[in-house]
Amino acid sequence: MPDISRRRALTAAAALAATATAATLAAPAASAAGHEHPMPMPRHPENFDEVYKGRRIQGRPMSGGGHHAEHGGGVEVLVDGVELHVMRNADGTWISVVSHYDPVATPRAAARAAVDELQGAPLLPLPAN
Amino acid sequence: MTVRKNQATLTADEKKRFVDAVLALKRGGRYDEFVRTHNEFIMSDTDTGERTGHRSPSFLPWHRRFLLDFERALQSVDSSVALPYWDWSADRTPRASLWAPDFLGGTGRSSDGRVMDGPFAAAAGNWPLTVRVDGRTFLRRSLGTGVRELPTRAEVESVLSIPTYDMAPYNSASDGFRNNLEGWRGVNLHNRVHVWVGGQMATGVSPNDPVFWLHHAYVDKLWAQWQSRHPGAGYVPTGGTADVVDLDETMKPWNDVRPADLLDHTKFYTFDS
Repeated sequence: MPDISRRRALTAAAALAATATAATLAAPAASAAGHEHPMPMPRHPENFDEVYKGRRIQGRPMSGGGHHAEHGGGVEVLVDGVELHVMRNADGTWISVVSHYDPVATPRAAARAAVDELQGAPLLPLPAN
Repeated sequence: MTVRKNQATLTADEKKRFVDAVLALKRGGRYDEFVRTHNEFIMSDTDTGERTGHRSPSFLPWHRRFLLDFERALQSVDSSVALPYWDWSADRTPRASLWAPDFLGGTGRSSDGRVMDGPFAAAAGNWPLTVRVDGRTFLRRSLGTGVRELPTRAEVESVLSIPTYDMAPYNSASDGFRNNLEGWRGVNLHNRVHVWVGGQMATGVSPNDPVFWLHHAYVDKLWAQWQSRHPGAGYVPTGGTADVVDLDETMKPWNDVRPADLLDHTKFYTFDS
């Protein structure tokens, strides 16, 4: 099972990487481009829902406003249902609170980097503020 | 007057006094407040909004003041202690004396990254992690795996040669000395060292690893070196910049100190060389 889901994930990642690059080039200043035009999950570069190394990672447009909305460029990332604090850099790259000095290309890559870093440990919920 | 020394030159007694003072702050709960403050800023400093501690011109004066607070706390325990600095361009392998059991301890074991020796190893019982982003309560490191090489002296020199302190848009996309030193652009100095250490040092709660202070004390020293090489260049911006701390604006969380007050480190400490 892990092999199948991983291959599937890698194929999807390759397709999405191209989409993400195109989107970044076309609209470098747009934050969470495409908010007004929700698309089926696989078509949107910042939406994903997969099992990676045995853990469910999800990315989706942030619902409602909220304290963290602007930091993540309007994107919410979850690991096993717990929010991972992510942030979009000015150049379109992403970081998360568990990998804060090492930008990656997409929110999905940030979620996978978090799963790698966590080595199975549960993420703690963000402090309420 | 406090003299900050290269960690590689510390005597056995100086190392012990530093470690004991750090452990005393940990026992009293004061250490963890530093970790909490750092994480709050790192999660809220954004390229398109208010930014103070990171990804902005005030990265350097903010950390200078943050380290001064920590150093003063250490000195309230033992007045002989000063923050040492780690020149990672010189002491660039896991075999450096920095990582010996009589100082910070070494890298983590491969299974779970747990540091197994030194005064901050979980097994010693003196270093429980309470300000965390995940469930693990033990100090972790993975020296040299997140990225293979620490910056070289030549890379440091290339950044010190940049003549302008910072440039619009004053964030992680900027050219100029500050952002090349911070590492979001160019050869990547400061950020890369966090990644090289790994474990908590790669996260928003990076001060959980005492090497945080030695890393930032060297970043701070590089700022002083840059100033002496470019005496005509100053902190920018100097006024009226939205979301960014201008030269004469006060900085959070202190609200009573400006970048202008922190440009000259010799008011507070000197370096061994």
